[in-house]
Amino acid sequence: YLSLDRRKIPGLILGGDAVSWLRKGIWCKTEKMKHSKLPAIFAFFMCEVLHFFNLIGSPKGPTQKMNLFQSITSALDNTLASDPTAVIFGEDVAFGGVFRCTVGLRDKYGKDRVFNTPLCEQGIVGFGIGVAVAGATAIAEIQFADYIFPAFDQIVNEAAKYRYRSGNLFDCGNLTIRAPWGCVGHGALYHSQSPEAFFAHCPGLKIVIPRGPIQAKGLLLSCIADKNPCIFFEPKILYRAAVEQVPEEPYTIPLSQAEILQEGSDVTLVSWGTQIHVLKEVASMAQEKLGVSCEVIDLQTILPWDIETVCKSVVKTGRLLISHEAPVTGGFAAEISSTVQEECFLNLEAPISRVCGYDTPFPHIFEPFYTPDKWKCFEAIKKMINY
Amino acid sequence: MAAVSSMSKMYGLCFHAVRQTAGLKASRLLQRRGFRVTVVQLQQPFDSSLEKPQFPGASAEFVDQLEFIQPNVISGIPVYRVMDRQGNIINPSQDPQLSKETVLNFYQKMTLLNTMDRILYESQRQGRISFYMTNYGEEGTHIGSAAALDPNDLVFGQYREAGVLMYRGFPLDHFMAQCYANADDLGKGRQMPVHYGSKDLNFVTISSPLATQIPQAAGAAYAVKRENINRAVICYFGEGAASEGDAHAGFNFSATLECPLIFFCRNNGYAISTPTNEQYRGDGIAARGPGYGMLSIRVDGNDVFAVYNATKEARRRAVAENQPFLIEAMTYRIGHHSTSDDSSAYRSVDEVNYWDKQDHPISRLRHYMTARGWWSEDDERSWRKQSRKTVMEAFERAERRLKPNPELLFTDVYQEMTPSLNKQRESLWRHVQQYKEHYPLDLYEK
Repeated sequence: YLSLDRRKIPGLILGGDAVSWLRKGIWCKTEKMKHSKLPAIFAFFMCEVLHFFNLIGSPKGPTQKMNLFQSITSALDNTLASDPTAVIFGEDVAFGGVFRCTVGLRDKYGKDRVFNTPLCEQGIVGFGIGVAVAGATAIAEIQFADYIFPAFDQIVNEAAKYRYRSGNLFDCGNLTIRAPWGCVGHGALYHSQSPEAFFAHCPGLKIVIPRGPIQAKGLLLSCIADKNPCIFFEPKILYRAAVEQVPEEPYTIPLSQAEILQEGSDVTLVSWGTQIHVLKEVASMAQEKLGVSCEVIDLQTILPWDIETVCKSVVKTGRLLISHEAPVTGGFAAEISSTVQEECFLNLEAPISRVCGYDTPFPHIFEPFYTPDKWKCFEAIKKMINY
Repeated sequence: MAAVSSMSKMYGLCFHAVRQTAGLKASRLLQRRGFRVTVVQLQQPFDSSLEKPQFPGASAEFVDQLEFIQPNVISGIPVYRVMDRQGNIINPSQDPQLSKETVLNFYQKMTLLNTMDRILYESQRQGRISFYMTNYGEEGTHIGSAAALDPNDLVFGQYREAGVLMYRGFPLDHFMAQCYANADDLGKGRQMPVHYGSKDLNFVTISSPLATQIPQAAGAAYAVKRENINRAVICYFGEGAASEGDAHAGFNFSATLECPLIFFCRNNGYAISTPTNEQYRGDGIAARGPGYGMLSIRVDGNDVFAVYNATKEARRRAVAENQPFLIEAMTYRIGHHSTSDDSSAYRSVDEVNYWDKQDHPISRLRHYMTARGWWSEDDERSWRKQSRKTVMEAFERAERRLKPNPELLFTDVYQEMTPSLNKQRESLWRHVQQYKEHYPLDLYEK
């Protein structure tokens, strides 16, 4: 396993290995969304290659162009290959899954390892806990994060507390729950939710959200290896839209380590998942139009979250903007805001800003107005700068 | 009779399904625990020229009479028993003919449990422990089923299965330590009394939410099936917990995913104050089994041999055929739900006395033993004295023991300690140092 253990992208420092990667034809591309179903306001950057170069050591072996769902398949493929106890289950995973994440795995590894369950989320998670307790690696799929709530009792009352309540006699650390997450352009109330805040209130769980294929594979493999129950939310809008050169060999990205995607001196921007790409655009806008230098941080792990990296950044910049699609009240930005003001009160130049969804269910036709887009974030930065 | 014909129609459908797959099962039995990879009913190619239904969802015949299937609750699934209420064997072929040593062990474990229950219930009343749940009347379900299992079989319980742990050899000191939440508690003092667990004895730690263990047991059985090491899983729950959605989930998953699992329902008549006629309207829990495609039986839970026989056979077949079995053990909860309950508020003393005096698993087994000359009045007297003495000694040891170090408040949330929790732990310590006189530090280990 290649562990990608670094945090920063100091501008354009390219190491020797990195240069050879360039010569191998890794591309860097910015792509605007042409697909009518995706929000027109949103552009996805795929310049991940720059940060990829600064990873410790060169990636082992060949890479392949993969989108997000393919990078998930790759991680699952690696897992089934190396861990004979690993099983993947959920609704419709056998034929490949409604988002194609498990395509080919049943044929390759067998019907006893990749199988459909009845349509019952509380059963899927309960069953997964049992598999994990018995010592096997359980990878449970919930078809949409919006449908995870029947399993809330099993996740919060059982999975999260198994180790603690048994005095470490039993645990379900071998359990990973995966679910598609976040807005998709037309998903409305029940195909767009970002429920991380509900689970962030539950000690004993880990919650992880990747921003792209490279992170997805590394973070998912870390979740699977991690000896605690993990929930891995996959931004569904990026399943096809995000494409990167992803190593075929397994590798891990550490949990509970936030990643600084670009350094800055005036404002800290924090988010996770899809919204990172919005913030990266906002950072360019701020630099161009306001001469404001933004530090962009991808939290990656929501629970337990990397308090140190965020606070260190806010101590430097004095301003913090947190953005997520989920409704603002009780959203995870509230937790970050509260902790940062405790730790960095005297360093703050302006109140901490949260640019989030409104306190409504996720609407259908009003999605372009609901989402925390780059204009709302830009405006919030302006206010903080002029405070 | 209409009732009979409709019952056979209801079960007829199920029997038909069983017969249809019998051929498949027979050939797979030859493969001895070879994988019954999901075949279901082999779907015939669709052919509308036949006058048989072609629906993928069910294999059945057409019928041209409008008739609703009558659920049969009056003369429902019969209750299997081996002994009558006086402990006499009814059908000698059903006597498991266990050795004197084994039967004496059954008796001693049931009575030891009973003695421990009396003392710990009393200790809660005296404020020595915070809470307790007794097992009065259900000792037969625990010992009979536990004896039929392999020690390696994994047990998922609800909260009224202490006899299973006792049968497997969980020491009295550990029972007491958990109830007292003292420093010897394997669970590190984190849970209320009776939430026992033992890794060595393959007894998964009890949790308060009801029925959550049912789908978990299905998952564990699936994993155990893949290991292919002749291991089964048993899952205990009450008739009240069987109303939870998790129960439905667990039954359905275990059947569709072909898990070597025994579902053991203790139907003891009450869920706290809720009697069975307010819990369900069908024929108990056993009647739900066929709905899931599961082999099911109803047994006399106060007949330790009936429980033993049914569990033994279910275990053998569950592992050999990779399918779940449902055993509904009919019994009666003689005690209150817990120390927080006074059941005279919802049932008569006469009702309780009937079960205590006329149909008790312990007395029925005692009659069986005395009839064979295996147990005398003297044996009874000296055993009562001895068991009470060992329980009291364990009790006194547990009373004297300190509580666990408060550091254990913060560990095992995750496998590793996190920076955030560490900070919280340090902040508690600083606080307690400053305000020490307000915290009961003397009761805890340092």
